[in-house]
Amino acid sequence: MSLNSTSPQFKDNAARALGDVQLQKALLNVKQGFIDKRQKATERLPEFEALRDSARDIKNHTLQNLDLYLEAYEAKVQASGGHVHYARNAAEARDIILQLCKDAGARTVTKGKSMIAEEIAINDHLESHGIVPIETDLGEYIIQLRHELPSHIIAPAVHLNATQVEEDFRRVHTHLDPKRDLSEPVHLLTEARTVLRERFLAADVGITGANFLVAETGTSVIVTNEGNGDLTQILPKTHIVLASIEKLVPTLEDVSQILRVLSRSATGQEMSVYTTFSTGPRHIGDSDGPENYHVVLLDNGRSAMLGTSFEEMLRCIRCGACMNHCPVYHAVGGHAYGWVYPGPMGAVLTPTLIGIDQAGHLPNASTFCGRCESVCPVKIPLPKLMRHWREKEFERHLTPATIRSGLGVWGFFARRPALYRLATRLAIGAMGLAGRKTGRFRWLPLAGGWTRNRDLAAPQGETFQARWRRERGRRAA
Amino acid sequence: MSARDDILGTIRRSLGVSGKETIRRQIVADRLERAPKGVIPARGQLSGNALLALFKVQAEAALATVTEVASAADVPQSIAHFLRDHNLPATLRMGDDPRLRAMPWSETTLAIDHGPSGGQDLNAVSHAYGAVAETGSAVMVSGSENPSTLNFLPDNHIVVIAAKDIARDYESVWTKIRFTFGKGGMPRTVNWITGPSRSGDIEQTMLLGAHGPRRLHVIVVKA
Repeated sequence: MSLNSTSPQFKDNAARALGDVQLQKALLNVKQGFIDKRQKATERLPEFEALRDSARDIKNHTLQNLDLYLEAYEAKVQASGGHVHYARNAAEARDIILQLCKDAGARTVTKGKSMIAEEIAINDHLESHGIVPIETDLGEYIIQLRHELPSHIIAPAVHLNATQVEEDFRRVHTHLDPKRDLSEPVHLLTEARTVLRERFLAADVGITGANFLVAETGTSVIVTNEGNGDLTQILPKTHIVLASIEKLVPTLEDVSQILRVLSRSATGQEMSVYTTFSTGPRHIGDSDGPENYHVVLLDNGRSAMLGTSFEEMLRCIRCGACMNHCPVYHAVGGHAYGWVYPGPMGAVLTPTLIGIDQAGHLPNASTFCGRCESVCPVKIPLPKLMRHWREKEFERHLTPATIRSGLGVWGFFARRPALYRLATRLAIGAMGLAGRKTGRFRWLPLAGGWTRNRDLAAPQGETFQARWRRERGRRAA
Repeated sequence: MSARDDILGTIRRSLGVSGKETIRRQIVADRLERAPKGVIPARGQLSGNALLALFKVQAEAALATVTEVASAADVPQSIAHFLRDHNLPATLRMGDDPRLRAMPWSETTLAIDHGPSGGQDLNAVSHAYGAVAETGSAVMVSGSENPSTLNFLPDNHIVVIAAKDIARDYESVWTKIRFTFGKGGMPRTVNWITGPSRSGDIEQTMLLGAHGPRRLHVIVVKA
């Protein structure tokens, strides 16, 4: 596990994020950019809902038979001349990759975008052993220059504005003319392209992630828009694929089903620009491509999620739709979550990877509005899983005392219906009376934290239960 | 115990299985053998000119440019025009694809290089293995005929597609791949390419020409 988790400080992180003007400006891009594009893409494809079901079923079937599909996949990789390495945890994965890089005599390593690489913090490990890792996805490159974690799983630098990127490029690319024009985003893109082109051509090893692993053929699949993943894997002598075990799918047909929902859910594209299927090292007679092909399969707690209520999380295909649609993510951004995976999927996954004692705030940072589940291409019930974490947190007595006692008070009334009705009638009646004039409260005792940023609408004076009884009586009559 | 055995062991314990169940093994073997197709969108289920028209619409929506020529013999002139129209030098790199080799390049003044790209080429042409009308994607396979580096390093990538190779959906391409490379066999790399390289990583504004080609130009050969 990455050592730099600030998930235990979620509340402080969130408070800081809310006051960060630059961040708040950048976060508008998430709200405005992703939601509308996804919506339009799904409307263009009448079969989208059926494909979501299909994708969910394929993932479920694979997980139920993951042992057998892993064996089949491994056999096919070996038959195509590649090598498969298993890592129980992050430390083992780091050691395997370091050794492969040393075996290749690597000085520099280019990297395609990989969340698993962030999960095992491979860059720091390589660097501390004298090997230079170079992120090549534009967003990852920017955050590498800033020594930051990604703030989004498909848009790592979404928390930044162009002026900040310009400052970083001027700080790092000191070999270029200091008077050059970087006023437009396209200038920044062109500069990154030029700088990284040399790095691609010089690298000894390329490390990519995998969106999918195909058991039928022993193939790893990457999906990118920039083409950086492809240059990372076809130019160096050695290609290392770093993937977690749940990336398996049975066949090329199965991966095609899921690809139809992936980019539409992620960026609203019909298909990402480059979808690449790689199988083994270069063949005899090939004039380019890597000479060595290695796959590092990471478990890191995933095998133990099978057969539990969190098994459904292993369907996740990392599209980012859940965070793109999350009001909490819109408000605080990805870094507040404190580790590699932000948003609703991170709120479910992070506690399994770094512990609920570390990441307990994350499943609590949800309004349970349900938008994440409604847009998830593989229909993961994210609110339900967050609720399961809250229950586990409560069972393990990790919930703060104020919340526990609050729940205790509520539980006392909830188990005594007559008392509950009386208490709510008195409270709602009093609040209705007090708020009668303006229809809202600008301040309430014990709720100052809530009313500091918005007003609370005043109740109309009648409880829900009372109204229910009245309405039902009317309808029956 | 090896990490491999440990991980497989934990998976089996979690699933409550031994891995020796005949029924599970049969189900998995069947799926790998039969490769069921799932949901195929109706959009691509066309033929003839309608299929070609869909391919064109989809590829252009992904910001590729598409032109049609009557026969393979027209490809060199078409490329020469394309390069001239964009004020690009009359240079071109290609692999040793026999379909490209057979074209009348001497009718143009193009300076042609062969083999994979070392990153210095402005223009390259590849012959596609196939294409998918559903999303306007070109399908490339690796090999010395069409080196993968040509798909990614040049600024301007020109892809020649035979109209008869435009498939309705991805699944039809896999059927063809199995026919060419044998069941369960694959070329080193299959690339689906849908439009030119781009990035939205700066302020979520889509910009063309990230690391791959700035232009993707498709020439469909009708006969």
